[in-house]
Amino acid sequence: MAKTPSRSKTSKSPPKLQRDEALKYYRDMLLIRRFEERAGQLYGMGKIAGFCHLYIGQEAVVTGMQACLKEGDQIVTGYRDHGHMLACDMDAKGVMAELTGRKDGYSKGKGGSMHMFSREKNFFGGHGIVGAQVPIGTGLGFSNKYRGTDNICVTYFGDGAANQGQVYESFNMASLWDLPVVYVIENNQYAMGTSVARASAETELFKRGISFEIEGEEVDGMDVYAVKAAGEKAVKYARSGKGPYILEMKTYRYRGHSMSDPAKYRKREEVDDIRTHHDPIDGLKGRILEQEIATEEELKDLDKEIKELVKEAADFSLDSPEPDPEELWTDVLREVESA
Amino acid sequence: MAIDVLMPALSPTMEEGTLARWLKKEGDTISSGDVIAEIETDKATMEVEAVDEGTLAKILVPEGTENVKVNAVIARLAEEGESAEDIDDAPASDDSENTSKAQTEAKNAPETEGDGDDSDEASAEEGASAPPKPDEDSLTDPDVPEGTNFVDTSVRDALRDAMAEEMRRDETVFVMGEEVAEYQGAYKVTRELLQEFGDKRVVDTPITEHGFAGLGVGAAFGGLKPVVEFMTFNFAMQAIDQIINSAAKTLYMSGGQMGCPIVFRGPNGAASRVAAQHSQDYSSWYAHVPGLKVVAPYDAADAKGLLKAAIRDPNPVVFLEHELLYGESFPVPDIEDYVLPIGKARVRRPGADVTLVAHSRMVGFALQAAEKLAEDGIEAEVIDLRSLRPLDTATVIESVKKTNRIVTCEEGWRFMGVGAEICATVVNEAFDYLDAPPTRVHQKDVPLPYAANLEAMSLPGTADIIKAAKQVCYVK
Repeated sequence: MAKTPSRSKTSKSPPKLQRDEALKYYRDMLLIRRFEERAGQLYGMGKIAGFCHLYIGQEAVVTGMQACLKEGDQIVTGYRDHGHMLACDMDAKGVMAELTGRKDGYSKGKGGSMHMFSREKNFFGGHGIVGAQVPIGTGLGFSNKYRGTDNICVTYFGDGAANQGQVYESFNMASLWDLPVVYVIENNQYAMGTSVARASAETELFKRGISFEIEGEEVDGMDVYAVKAAGEKAVKYARSGKGPYILEMKTYRYRGHSMSDPAKYRKREEVDDIRTHHDPIDGLKGRILEQEIATEEELKDLDKEIKELVKEAADFSLDSPEPDPEELWTDVLREVESA
Repeated sequence: MAIDVLMPALSPTMEEGTLARWLKKEGDTISSGDVIAEIETDKATMEVEAVDEGTLAKILVPEGTENVKVNAVIARLAEEGESAEDIDDAPASDDSENTSKAQTEAKNAPETEGDGDDSDEASAEEGASAPPKPDEDSLTDPDVPEGTNFVDTSVRDALRDAMAEEMRRDETVFVMGEEVAEYQGAYKVTRELLQEFGDKRVVDTPITEHGFAGLGVGAAFGGLKPVVEFMTFNFAMQAIDQIINSAAKTLYMSGGQMGCPIVFRGPNGAASRVAAQHSQDYSSWYAHVPGLKVVAPYDAADAKGLLKAAIRDPNPVVFLEHELLYGESFPVPDIEDYVLPIGKARVRRPGADVTLVAHSRMVGFALQAAEKLAEDGIEAEVIDLRSLRPLDTATVIESVKKTNRIVTCEEGWRFMGVGAEICATVVNEAFDYLDAPPTRVHQKDVPLPYAANLEAMSLPGTADIIKAAKQVCYVK
């Protein structure tokens, strides 16, 4: 049977939300939102420097995908990576302290916003070169298969990276060797300032696997439940040894490409429309209240808790000292163990 | 408590800007994410979004104000339950001044430190800020016991044996590349590996260097030990981003978490009559990069011992072979597990009159030159670098202190090359011992031509080394 890409047929949301699940998603998305807002603020204060790419608007993608994974599954992404790290349960304090370039950051202050990792949480970066994480994620999938585990690697990349040659070299090998990789294309509509239509001959990115016999699906990336439903299907497919799967998440970033982007390539009304009608957090909040899963008061308490958590992370990241000067010379090479 | 709204920096370099317009007025309710003002810098106009929520109690910097410093308080928000009257309207708190002062200091600091950057020696003496150097005394070749049998082996087979031995020893070692399996290797270096280890561990790839180099890096991050063969290093230029940006830098950028034990190997440099795109020497390219080790052996014993070491090394190793050496045979000690240290040069011929430094195929030419020079009464000491990063400068310096003259020999271009690095080191560390300017032998500064006569003119050889050696000895 020929593999054909399709738009997601999964229903938009289940009829009745489960309380714990709904509140977890709400909480996780809100943590990313508030964290990123705070990061933006610290950037504005000069406490975070360099390039800083915020994930605001795209929270449902990582939150929904993470809900499909199990112990040992790997995650790798590009430089818009703060949300992914929080989703895979990395400590907000360590992430924020890396943003401020301090010793308690995940990379001891030596990586910054775009280059963070956690072996413990199986988060393999945080890569600064557009598309470079795609062969790497494919290689992580290769290592799973080589060792005979049933783990999969979720490899995230954006609509901009989707035009990189190495992505297709990876698709080819992943399909050829049935590697357990789920490629998640986070289509936030703009590669820096260039819209998908201006950069891509085929704008339906879920079809990009056709010539490699990789199934692809378009997903509403602003709906955490739609993400999770599609994610489960893709993850199950890859885990069962059938090979890679492509999910195109239609999503949107509210902020500029990076902090120094005035975002003049799109209209304010476009951003406002998405914010007002498609916001992943407001959308879930509406459903929670409508179905009386939780009260307004409970959600407010949750907001407060998150705010406090993010404030603590920010304070921590400012209190943490700069890395010791000795750290300049460490971690260039690993010591060779004597035989 | 009132919340200060600060003048944001919109780029890493912004220090001040114009507050062009307020989009909210005093008394307005603000939610986080609301656009509250517009700021202009010399580069762009940008919107300021609120981070906190509350009521806009006081606007402290009116619209149209120019040169507003980053981090100045531009407004105050009243939180829930606070009234605007409670809000202090002092223009700027001490706190924000301290902040911007601290920032300025931080910005200045690296510049002053940067001045001392090229004085490696000075900082080395201080110890604390020196890069870790391998303990050179510990880098010794294993003893070859008396009576050891030496087996004539081609460089090709020595490399193959090294891979096979390491694959037997460690299940996580695998070989991948173009034509490495069924074809038995484009240059037959991986001959019979498929038969012994199967297609799980000897993997034929499509012709996609960028992709499979990156896949190898990912596999190394995932705990395997890939040996990635490039049919030649000329094709690795397609993959150089993954080699440098992903393999070499990630350990550092991850604060030591992400080791990348991978070997990138294949023939490097000129073959024979294959013209410019298939003939480049990449020694200096890779040796330039911290986070990589770069090995370039000459004979079969070194090829074997160093490749085994490279596969065991927890770091990315670029292993530069030479196509024109694959078929040459050398005695290889018949010792179980012959592993050599990476980072130690080998003195191939002792001599007191001039030091010849070479790596890879140029070692052969240097040895031939030394024989010829001896006929004229010049005793050359030939040093085979074996490893370019780390570079065993101690052995070179020690030799120059004895001979007082040095000629570097490389197949690549002179400009910014391996010889340049060695000569600079010699001038730094043995200046007073030199009796002649350090001299370099190298390829001519042109893309390698196809025509037989032009190719021969372009590539360095024994005659060039003899000429250079005589020149530094002031002998005609």
